[in-house]
Amino acid sequence: MNITVAGEKKEVKDGLTVAELIVNENVEMPDYVTVSLNDEFVEAGTFADVALKEGDSVEFLYFMGGGSR
Amino acid sequence: MAFTNEQIERYSRHIILKEVGAKGQKKLLNAKVLIIGAGGLGAPVAMYLAAAGVGTIGIADADEVDLSNLQRQIVHQTADVGKPKVQSAKETMEAMNPDVKVITYHEFISSENILDIIKDYDFIIDGTDNFPAKFLINDACVMAKKPFCHAGIIRFQGQLMTYVPGKGPCYRCVFKNPPPKDAVPTCKQAGVIGAMGGVIGSLQAMEAVKYILGVGDLLTGYLLTYDALKMQFRKIKLPADTHNCAVCGDHPTITELIDYEQAECDGTGL
Repeated sequence: MNITVAGEKKEVKDGLTVAELIVNENVEMPDYVTVSLNDEFVEAGTFADVALKEGDSVEFLYFMGGGSR
Repeated sequence: MAFTNEQIERYSRHIILKEVGAKGQKKLLNAKVLIIGAGGLGAPVAMYLAAAGVGTIGIADADEVDLSNLQRQIVHQTADVGKPKVQSAKETMEAMNPDVKVITYHEFISSENILDIIKDYDFIIDGTDNFPAKFLINDACVMAKKPFCHAGIIRFQGQLMTYVPGKGPCYRCVFKNPPPKDAVPTCKQAGVIGAMGGVIGSLQAMEAVKYILGVGDLLTGYLLTYDALKMQFRKIKLPADTHNCAVCGDHPTITELIDYEQAECDGTGL
């Protein structure tokens, strides 16, 4: 099936979960990423339960604090 | 308040813009902006807002200028090493533009002082380098109904978003709680390219100026991300549903400010 990840079209296996996508995409700090699916937040802790569908759009929102003196 | 001839000349490139004009320039001169963090982000914000003639600029930072700051914190000079960052920033701003009144807060912001500090300002800039401060600024601005612009920078990446009360999600809508200490790398650990503060801080200054002028579209409801290596900006639409947010939602569970544990690198300014 085809989905959009961070604005880029991708072909992935049918029924891929958000948790699997996070692994496929080598998401940094997977425990602390916020996921938006079709402009709605996916609740943390449910990533393995959410299966993606054809045409879905996923965004990963990362903590960015910096921290330099 | 009439402009002096010198002001007409100084601000001529603003005044000629139909979105600014003499009326807009007066709004800028009457505006009060608070910059929290006089570091990589706060430096360009302070300089552009001072140059623009924002009449009152508050700047809060507990740190002193360190030699390792100068690779990116362009508001400070080599001779300023060891000086309080707020003092160094004040001197730069006042030298740029005598129209600007600079108020310094040489202290860490905390649940004890933040509401008192932000109350007199129209717009707040989050130029801090740590998550406890970012969540504190967010929660305080939500509670005090103050608009603010969040930003973060690390390595070759940056992000920003603007919160305006009632106009879209707050920082906590997107990021529920601070990450555990040391879970997310800091600039000290991971590095940051100097010009990144210039790119993202200048965008924060732009958001403040647009808010004051009341022109254009702010980054409310969006997270703007910048990847310098890919040379790619992305304006990511954020979910609009803020009803369940712990601080800005319909039934907030966070009703008092929280002082989270400071991360290892707890300076105020990036």
